[in-house]
Amino acid sequence: MLIEILFVIILFLSPLFLNAYWIDVLNNIGIYAILALSLNIILGHTGLFHMGHAAFYAIGAYTTAILNTMYHIPILWLMPVSGLLAGIFGYLVARPIIHLRGDYLLIVTIGIVEIVRIALVNNIFGLTGGSNGIFGISRPSLGGLVIRKPQQFFYYIWIFLGISVYLFYRLENSRFGRALNYIKEDELAAEGSGINVSKYKLLAFVLGAIWAGFVGNIYASKMTIISPESFSFWESVILFVIVILGGAGSIRGVILGSFLIIGLPELFRQFASARMLIFGAAMVVMMIFRPQGLVPPRSRTYSLEVLIGKE
Amino acid sequence: MELFIQQLTNGLAIGSIYALIALGYTMVYGVMKLINFAHGDLFSIGAYLGLTFLISFGLVDKVGAPVAILIIMLMVMGLVGLIGILLERVAYRPLRKADRLAAVVSALGASIFFSNSLMLIYGAKFRVYPHNLLPKSYITILELHIPVVRILLLLVSFILMACLYLFVQKTKTGTAIRAAAIDQGAARLMGINVNKIISIVFFIGPALGGAAGIMVGLYYGQVNFLMGWLYGLKAFIAAVIGGIGNIPGAMLGGLILGVIESLGAAYISFAWKDAIAFFVLIVILIVRPTGILGERVAEKV
Repeated sequence: MLIEILFVIILFLSPLFLNAYWIDVLNNIGIYAILALSLNIILGHTGLFHMGHAAFYAIGAYTTAILNTMYHIPILWLMPVSGLLAGIFGYLVARPIIHLRGDYLLIVTIGIVEIVRIALVNNIFGLTGGSNGIFGISRPSLGGLVIRKPQQFFYYIWIFLGISVYLFYRLENSRFGRALNYIKEDELAAEGSGINVSKYKLLAFVLGAIWAGFVGNIYASKMTIISPESFSFWESVILFVIVILGGAGSIRGVILGSFLIIGLPELFRQFASARMLIFGAAMVVMMIFRPQGLVPPRSRTYSLEVLIGKE
Repeated sequence: MELFIQQLTNGLAIGSIYALIALGYTMVYGVMKLINFAHGDLFSIGAYLGLTFLISFGLVDKVGAPVAILIIMLMVMGLVGLIGILLERVAYRPLRKADRLAAVVSALGASIFFSNSLMLIYGAKFRVYPHNLLPKSYITILELHIPVVRILLLLVSFILMACLYLFVQKTKTGTAIRAAAIDQGAARLMGINVNKIISIVFFIGPALGGAAGIMVGLYYGQVNFLMGWLYGLKAFIAAVIGGIGNIPGAMLGGLILGVIESLGAAYISFAWKDAIAFFVLIVILIVRPTGILGERVAEKV
């Protein structure tokens, strides 16, 4: 616990001694961490092999970008809209495929993210601006304060991350979270115990999609310009790797994973063109030494007093 | 009609390449239940090795283009196969007992490693294959001009696939491979050296992928260090369409995907070509959740 508190304090003071470049790296880490946390619901807790999370992120970002540039609706108002649309999209695509077994689901979700990207490149409905994307997205403003500088975005992103961590933590330890874990461990037994497996799987998908939609909104306003290449299959792979490498189902693990996967290539910059080579090799090595992830989730423990209601 | 036949033959040619790569995915999946995401990059390595051998040994001048290509293709297959065995030893064997997704991440890491090594060795630009090696002539059937190259490509793929099929069905080792795919534990009890079988599978799959790489280089005339990613993904789709783990399924899936994609690019929209492949995949999986030839797997209770 002490380490976590220390980490949070250092993190929140870090804009004081870091330059704009490193603050921006931290901002990216924060964005990926929230995305990975939302994927963690689907992949880590429910055990659904989902490698297309960037699709939901893209829907959120494009919703914000289109509505903001066309109708000049303020960014923060668009956050719930982006989440909602991403959630609806998640529901619609997950519904017919939710019964697919592990690897089949994996390839179909890859298909979804690629179809979304190609649709964006081909300027679907004349709204997405093709491969150039959309530019001129405005900044979020909180009661007169316009969030513009990297430092401001740092607090905006990391406070959002903090709220997400709290909510996902609560979710993890709720009836809903336990049901998801049960499905992951043994789908048949879960079904047998009266858990509506496909309903819970769908809920996990929709919840993850909504959260990714929120992050899409943040990303669009941070960059002010978005293009399909930011939502490629590769982004989904990175998120997938963060969750598995960090420790599927573990919030600490996912945040640590974001630091490693997004931060490490920055540290390797001195190796210039060889940095991705080293990065790939590092992924293999880390997996071999920690196959269960860097910080695997702690198994649930219940004290007897609580269970028999004597506490 | 002319367009249709041209696209159909083109689709069959591409499809046979997808099928060759898909065989690597499907064999590895059959025995290890692992999606080898680095397979597409082994295909790229084959394409680049082929390029190096073609331009450096001067073999073409000594023995003529057809023999030279044949020799080089065999060399590339051997080398890529060895890289495959090495890959399994280093990146997958330590994770055999771990969670399945750990091996997937290891495979993704290996893929990044391979594609970036190619970039460091050969540079990030497109590299051009020697283009005077293959016959440029056409065969005319019923007033349709079909390039000889296309037919050669189909022929070579079919020979390779037939060899593989006979090997897996008729030889003792092939039977052992099929046994290991059904039940590793039982296979081990029957005296089959499963580690050896896995090494053999990791030799054959990448070898076929490497052959496909050199064929793509010769057919399209250029290679790029990232091309393995897209070809790998398409071939993976082909394997899943056919029913992953099923060898005839991979061949069928590859051909189906190649033809649909080629016809779709001509008649529907070229810009949506890559999306068509995924769309077909999703429709097929919704209708038949285990692919066309995949066996229905009953859940064990």
